[in-house]
Amino acid sequence: MLRALRVRQTALAPLILLTPAFTVMLFVVALPLAFSLYTSMTPYRLIRPETLDIFIGTRNYVRLWDNAAFWAAFWRTILFLAIALNAELLLGLGIALLINKLTWGQRTLRTIMMFPMMFSPILVGFQFKFIFNDNIGIVNNALQSLGLTDRAIPWLVDAQLAMFSIIVAEVWMSTSIFAILLLAGLLAMPRDPVEAAKVDGCNSWQVFRHITLPFLMPFIFIAMTIRSLDVARAYDIVHVMTGGGPAGRTELLWTLIARVGYDNARMGEANAMAYVSTLLSIAFTVFFFRKLMAARRYMGGAE
Amino acid sequence: MTRALKQRLSAAALWLVTFLLMVIMCIPGLWVVLSAFRPNREILARPPVWVPERLTLNNFAKIFGLGEAQVAIPVGSYFMNSLVIALTSTFVALVIGMAGGYAFARFRFRFKNSLFLSLMLLRTVPAIALSLPLFMLWSRLGIIDTQMGLIIVYIALNVPFTIWLIDGFFRQIPMSLSEAAQVDGCTRWQAFWKIEFPLAKGGIAAAGVFAFLTSWNEYALAAQLTRSTDSKTLPVGLMDFTAQFTIDWAGMSAMAVIIIVPALILTFLVQKHLIRGLTFGGVKG
Repeated sequence: MLRALRVRQTALAPLILLTPAFTVMLFVVALPLAFSLYTSMTPYRLIRPETLDIFIGTRNYVRLWDNAAFWAAFWRTILFLAIALNAELLLGLGIALLINKLTWGQRTLRTIMMFPMMFSPILVGFQFKFIFNDNIGIVNNALQSLGLTDRAIPWLVDAQLAMFSIIVAEVWMSTSIFAILLLAGLLAMPRDPVEAAKVDGCNSWQVFRHITLPFLMPFIFIAMTIRSLDVARAYDIVHVMTGGGPAGRTELLWTLIARVGYDNARMGEANAMAYVSTLLSIAFTVFFFRKLMAARRYMGGAE
Repeated sequence: MTRALKQRLSAAALWLVTFLLMVIMCIPGLWVVLSAFRPNREILARPPVWVPERLTLNNFAKIFGLGEAQVAIPVGSYFMNSLVIALTSTFVALVIGMAGGYAFARFRFRFKNSLFLSLMLLRTVPAIALSLPLFMLWSRLGIIDTQMGLIIVYIALNVPFTIWLIDGFFRQIPMSLSEAAQVDGCTRWQAFWKIEFPLAKGGIAAAGVFAFLTSWNEYALAAQLTRSTDSKTLPVGLMDFTAQFTIDWAGMSAMAVIIIVPALILTFLVQKHLIRGLTFGGVKG
């Protein structure tokens, strides 16, 4: 009987322990999302509260299909994420490999490396708006002082340069998280296979390609999963740096949602867009989480 | 030249190169910190002044409304709001996250992996997308522009990742330790507080710092859910410095320093656990 009681207890325990977590998530995320789904099927405008009661089905979504500004922002967001995430991964990997090679003074550099991680995204945006300012920014000042250019480069005014500057800011903010996670992977790596390969005559590229990189794969997926949890924080950066301008040429999905929902007060339409952006984020996370699970099984760490 | 000397020289050279790269990486941030201590005149000077001629604390005095205050920005109340909101939400998220993380690390139950993934997916909803329904609901509930409203949101923002981290830390502690304690007559509750909690303490602190930083730095939700000095946080207050066409660069830089310093101190305190915890949770299933 005592045993039966214990079994019941252990079945109940996780339920009790997890209830607070799921209650909070239900109340603050899941329920609002359900409300958001309903709102996305109404022509709701903030200035006309009665419009919340009109049900129009999927009309907002159908309209998005023909909305050129929406699709421009959508594909720009995908492109932005593809460039930024790859650049962050490659730079992070480079930094991690470099620091891993050090035989002394490693801890100091590791600490310096973490500096950008502490910056609020809104601060990062402000900081690069300051640095890329065409009149007083350090970038233009430096270029002009060195005589590389005699005119002020309009970093945040020209559409393409503005997108570039935003990507620089985003990469600056998130590279260190990749570097830290990959460095932790490198530090956990057993030395023997590397030594053995070297004895067998592998050059350092072959060692990297066939031993180090496969070992790092799970760490790369962890980094990508953690990163994909909050890709949308790039909103803060764009909001400060360009506000989506010039003429909507740096508009990402997230800034477009804010503009339609709050500035134009067209909540119904904004909620429809928000749903699309949510599904996009979920797709990213699920993709990398799956890869992580597969890599874990490969490493034999699974239960 | 002896071989040992050669080796040491190349190690030093590598260190120097890496160090210089790191410094270059940090320049954008350091430039803002430096600007916080420079008079606005010097920041705007043409041709540019590279080496600061004089450093001043005036920018800080100004934004706190001391001396010749031109812009009265209530930084004091923003700071207090940020502190109260970040500390409270971190504490509650840690308690909830410890319970949840322990459940995932120590028990087997049905749908375990799906439940874990669904928690993470609820975290992945973009803040700006979530802000739309929250803005409408919180207005109806009357908790818009209150510290409480933001605290509740930040708890939810922090719970999933806190569980991810703490789950990882509990997994590092062998189950046999708490089992041995239970054989010796401890209850599971006692075994947790006497054995597992002290061992995971560093990791839990790291998770706490992560949660604190998330709340402390968050902007997108706070910008929509706060309006006045009752609840506006520092990141939202930072935007007070941008007028339509002009930006008070010096004031904004000073405010930036105020936002960074607490984050800086906290991160360095727990950085060792931070690195370990982030990866361990993920790899060993």
